[in-house]
Amino acid sequence: MFGAGGGTSSYREVGETDVVLLWGSNARETHPIFFHHVLRAIDRGARLYVIDPRKTPSTAWATRHLAPHVGTDIELAHAVAHVLIHEGLVDETFIRRATAGFEDFKASVERWTPEAAEAATSVPAALIREMARDFGRADRAMICWTLGITEHHDAVDNVLSLINLALLTGHVGKWGSGVNPLRGQNNVQGGGDAGALPHKLPGFQDVEDDEIRARYERAWGATIPPKKGWHLTDQLHAMERRELRALYCLGENPAQSEADAHRVRKLLRELDHLVVQDLFLTKTAELAHVVLPAAASLGESEGTVTNSERRVQRLRRAVPPPMGARDDIWIIAELSKRLGHDLGTTHAEAIWDEMRALSPMHRGMSYARLEALGGIQWPCPDETHPGTPFLHDRLWAEPRVGPPAPFHVVHPEPPVEALTPEYPLRLTTGRRLSDYNTGVQSGAFASPLRRALETIDLAPQDLVRFGVREGERVRVRSRRGAVEAPVRADPRLPAGLAFMTLHRPEQVDTNLLTIEATDPRAGTAEFKAAAICIERLDVPLQSEPGE
Amino acid sequence: MAAGSPTDPTGRLVTLRRKVQLTIDGATLSVSEGSTILDAAKSLGIDTPTLCFAQNLTPANACRVCVVELEGARTLVPSCARRVEPGMVVHTDSARVRDARRTVLELLASSVDMSATPKFAEWCERYGARPTRFGTPTPRPVVDDNALFVRDYAKCMLCYKCVEACGDDAQHTFAIAVAGRGAHATIATELDTPLPDSACVFCGNCVGVCPTGALQFRAEHELREADAWDESRQSQIDTICPYCGVGCSLTLHVQDERIVKVTSPVGSEVTHGHLCVKGRFGFEYLGKR
Amino acid sequence: MDLKSIDALPTDDEREAIERVLATQPEPTRDLLLPVLRAIQARVGFVSKGALAHACDRLQVPPAEAWGIATFYHLIATRPAPRTVLHVCDDVACRARGSERITKALASRFAPEAAAHHDACWKRSPCLGQCERAPAALRIRAGEPVEERALGGLDAVSAMDALRGETIAVPAPASIQQPRDSLRLLARVGVVDPESLDDYRAHGGYAALRRAHELGASWVLREVSDAKLLGRGGAGFPAGRKWGAVASQPARPRYVVCNADESEPGTFKDRVLMEGDPFAIVEAITLAAFAVSAERAFVYVRGEYPLAAARLEHAIASARRRGLLGESVMGHAQRLEIEVRRGAGAYICGEETALLESLEGRRGEPRAKPPFPVEQGLFGKPTLVNNVETLAAALLIVRDGAPAFTALGTPESSGTRLFCLSGDVTRPGVYEVPMGLTLRALIALAGGATHGLAGVLLGGAAGTFVGPDELDLKLTFEDTRRAGATLGSGVVIVFREGTDFRAVVHGLAGFFRHESCGQCVPCRVGTTKVDDLLARVRAGTPDGTWDDERDRLRELGHVLREASICGLGQAAASALESATQRFAIWPAAMPTPTPTPSNGGKA
Repeated sequence: MFGAGGGTSSYREVGETDVVLLWGSNARETHPIFFHHVLRAIDRGARLYVIDPRKTPSTAWATRHLAPHVGTDIELAHAVAHVLIHEGLVDETFIRRATAGFEDFKASVERWTPEAAEAATSVPAALIREMARDFGRADRAMICWTLGITEHHDAVDNVLSLINLALLTGHVGKWGSGVNPLRGQNNVQGGGDAGALPHKLPGFQDVEDDEIRARYERAWGATIPPKKGWHLTDQLHAMERRELRALYCLGENPAQSEADAHRVRKLLRELDHLVVQDLFLTKTAELAHVVLPAAASLGESEGTVTNSERRVQRLRRAVPPPMGARDDIWIIAELSKRLGHDLGTTHAEAIWDEMRALSPMHRGMSYARLEALGGIQWPCPDETHPGTPFLHDRLWAEPRVGPPAPFHVVHPEPPVEALTPEYPLRLTTGRRLSDYNTGVQSGAFASPLRRALETIDLAPQDLVRFGVREGERVRVRSRRGAVEAPVRADPRLPAGLAFMTLHRPEQVDTNLLTIEATDPRAGTAEFKAAAICIERLDVPLQSEPGE
Repeated sequence: MAAGSPTDPTGRLVTLRRKVQLTIDGATLSVSEGSTILDAAKSLGIDTPTLCFAQNLTPANACRVCVVELEGARTLVPSCARRVEPGMVVHTDSARVRDARRTVLELLASSVDMSATPKFAEWCERYGARPTRFGTPTPRPVVDDNALFVRDYAKCMLCYKCVEACGDDAQHTFAIAVAGRGAHATIATELDTPLPDSACVFCGNCVGVCPTGALQFRAEHELREADAWDESRQSQIDTICPYCGVGCSLTLHVQDERIVKVTSPVGSEVTHGHLCVKGRFGFEYLGKR
Repeated sequence: MDLKSIDALPTDDEREAIERVLATQPEPTRDLLLPVLRAIQARVGFVSKGALAHACDRLQVPPAEAWGIATFYHLIATRPAPRTVLHVCDDVACRARGSERITKALASRFAPEAAAHHDACWKRSPCLGQCERAPAALRIRAGEPVEERALGGLDAVSAMDALRGETIAVPAPASIQQPRDSLRLLARVGVVDPESLDDYRAHGGYAALRRAHELGASWVLREVSDAKLLGRGGAGFPAGRKWGAVASQPARPRYVVCNADESEPGTFKDRVLMEGDPFAIVEAITLAAFAVSAERAFVYVRGEYPLAAARLEHAIASARRRGLLGESVMGHAQRLEIEVRRGAGAYICGEETALLESLEGRRGEPRAKPPFPVEQGLFGKPTLVNNVETLAAALLIVRDGAPAFTALGTPESSGTRLFCLSGDVTRPGVYEVPMGLTLRALIALAGGATHGLAGVLLGGAAGTFVGPDELDLKLTFEDTRRAGATLGSGVVIVFREGTDFRAVVHGLAGFFRHESCGQCVPCRVGTTKVDDLLARVRAGTPDGTWDDERDRLRELGHVLREASICGLGQAAASALESATQRFAIWPAAMPTPTPTPSNGGKA
């Protein structure tokens, strides 16, 4: 946050905070061990507010559950800000000393009274007030979110609207308070740490800063392009423009995991050259010209990963990879060699030492220290530094250190796809406890929790509305594609909202339906809000959408 | 707690702990207030047997193998649960203690299959316990109702750890509890419902804390049945879970280049030793390539 | 909580029974679980899957935990059971009066134990607290309303009749058998109308509370302390110190819990007080709550005492109607609500921390101490837990002053004390005598032994045996302690000459095996091993030599006493050990006992 690129708090603080707003997250199922920390807080008497259109196992633990319409998070956040401002619950001293842009922000939320927000979100104004007051009055309070916030076309605005709340109340930069995205995948954070972002070098160093780039160029003995690159959705657009003709895809299965799968598969097929490096022959790998079998991070590789509390931890090899599979580092180095550049060592620790020599925030994290301390939270500038449980304590320094934290004026925008008479249902997607993404890994163990059939879940009222029975196979159609799936009634869903997972595309290829409407700043697609309709199978399909 | 609570340089809350002085086996020492006698004894290098104790669970106080003599107390006290007080005089190896520990070990061995309990044989030797003195345990069939782990209640000593891990010490799922009373007490789901139909979410945290091998990964169970389980051939390697972004520490137990069990270090600030179903059981894709 | 419900529905009866309990409280809180389970049991005779499902949903209790609780209590059935159950006392006092003849007759002429026959069955029960009219039984007929009736002076014929559902004419307990002028605690019992508040007031009721209100809480605390009242439940802890400790805790709220789970075999004194003078118990609780500033109190009455519970509930309701409870007690700035909660058949719940667990809606498993209930008791808050008789004594102390109390008894054991005489004694019943009387004099007061005296069990199953040559023992805390004995809960069971003490101690061992909660290894396993060992003693089939068995028994005694969590395990071998020192328990030292026709204690 504020440019730091990671959650501000540590898990331990979650267990010691007084109020948690869990926004767009079903952490009980999707981040179960993070939720243990929330449970520690609840056992101590903390209040949990869960903001989610669905009732979930997480909302069952909430003091209050706020269920806005899909895609109305900014309206809700603005109304919380409105209450905080109008009821004198903001930390004026903090705002004055540590932030910028308050007046503009204040003006921007002025129209979002709780009543106005109730009309837009369906969350009762009284509930909005209650949550705002509790958040505003707490000594310590945290906002945590997941993909319910970020898998939208206005993901960045969603996040900024939540950060505004923390700035209003000073719930950031001190023990037990903070703003925290829960990373959906094991090394999303570490990928960013290591520079797997189009605009950053390792350690979140700006690639377009000549001085910084020069430092890396000296160390690497190579020239780095001076302009930032493309993130995933930019790449898809570039493929569409036929600018991007060759792709090297590592450990991703975009043919199934990306929204609007028909389009993605078409683009991948049209590439001149596709190289896929993966554990399995995934659907993406099936489209590849070259497949490089790789060792798994779990148990087959040495290295580090970084988690949602910025803790860098060691990966260790326990078993050999299967015949023919190679370590990622070895493959990349070998590839580089064949392309004419010798990267030097392929030893994981040596590479890490090189990275921490270049990245100030990782500098103090030797392998020896990572092992001794059970991982270290960045920033850790030198080998005497214990690591940093929470970020931005500078905002509390008197006088303030560094630039002020800016409020952001953001405006609510509805989901790209409006509901229409033809597509009257909102489809949102998510995970279940024992499954993960497209099931490439999780599908291999026999979870007793996994249901035999992947379903489309509907509110019982919608079964009546669409004249379908529980268990009946139906056609689910969006503007991009159609799939068949059995119907399951889920009384936890509000009317008008359908839920599907991406876990078993071999059964139900949900991403044929989802919309690739992307926030240009984040590159995340709007998996959480497509417009669909459902049809009985005895009704003939009118036209083949998509392809 | 108020925002103004003291913090250390990294911002962590600091509880200002006073020191408490006590005497254990003739040695005087000071430990932090709030420590247990077990903690204090450990700091002197005294090896105290424990079964129902775990660092990441509330002391259950049930097994009584850790009892010590506390001067002034009418009976022996459980060292795992009893907090230190100034001036305590403790004996960890007196005749009273040795006699009690010996008989507790004999009672356990007479009623529970302790063959898969680490260190149990060593303790029996240390205290001169004769395992069959009070009879031998009754065999019970293994409960095999799910693909991930088995429940061999002949090995269950009712330490309560699984119940605590399933309950409010960690998982908060409450799928199992102690049912029945006295000698008929067992660990059970409601109406002995099979686990897949119960509230169980298969996090395996019960398996992780079981001290006697009553709960076993399927692989461990099968290897033991085939007499092929061999801890001397096993290595334990710590790494990180490959699934969501929480970053849980895993300990992979490997025998013959195969993962046979997954646990998590109790000292991990991320997990406190507890995992979810994917972290604990979701490794099988490695072997399916 | 993200609980998973049981997939089953209750019947209308079950639902109604559950909802009726919930309607008594503002919120469906966890502590109502046992009342709810009891209500289901009372209505249909067992807790079905559907009933459990509904109870769990309404109270937000995880089903596995609720199952663990339902299966903990002897009086809750978790499998389909007949509506009528006759619980036949099979414990030490009733055995001394021939209860085995009844159980044998029922087994041969009605049905085997626990087997349904014409929608009825019989079961052996631990002591029912009706020892003065042994042999006794408790008949429970599920329905609306449930019928719960204690039956005394039973024989095989009347027991059969009871199972057939016939109305049984049984002699009412003539519990008090001594001259009335010496009575203090029992003064009103048998005199006052237990269902009339006016009559209670006419007999001096509420004088103590009025005095307390006049003189203030700190005066009450000092008076109870000066009276040197020691707890009458068994442990003999100074009541004044307990009261003072609760009153000095910073935490709020505070609670008063009256321990009326009188389950020590051979004990029935608290029952006599509650049935005969229930308003006194209500007033005593009100007094204690005033002294320690508690606004909520509970009476935990053992499940086998339906009449005591009903009388207390009636007394509480009457007191409340008349402003003696509620928002302003006697117009004074005292606020108090008292609730009766009933046990469901678990001796362990007489242990104060197990009782608190049970009250909270959990399994009645004792807690580790420290912390003690005075600091962290009910719902984690400071709690005064006192036995019924202790509270009744405190009422006298406040009414008459500490000097009047200490004028009786000895300097270390002040006041009078209730003793429960049963077994082979001429006039079984409750006797109130000043502490310091000898055991011999007490037995004489009850008309002496009926068939000679071979020994006495003093203090209950957790007590000790006393031989015929030890009857000059003074009944005080200090004298019994010196003699290695205990007053326990005031139990005095007299055994006739020719008693088979092997059978008696085997019966006690069976009791502890049945009643161990199972939480700690020494008690859970140790009590079964003691029981098994005594079975071998009776069968004359040692495992190894008798010396091996002696060693085993000694070590079991040691580990039970030293390493058990609570008093149940710690005392589980004490009576047995005292018996081996006095009676011929070991075969090697004992000639084969010759059966005599009058030997009621023999198997």
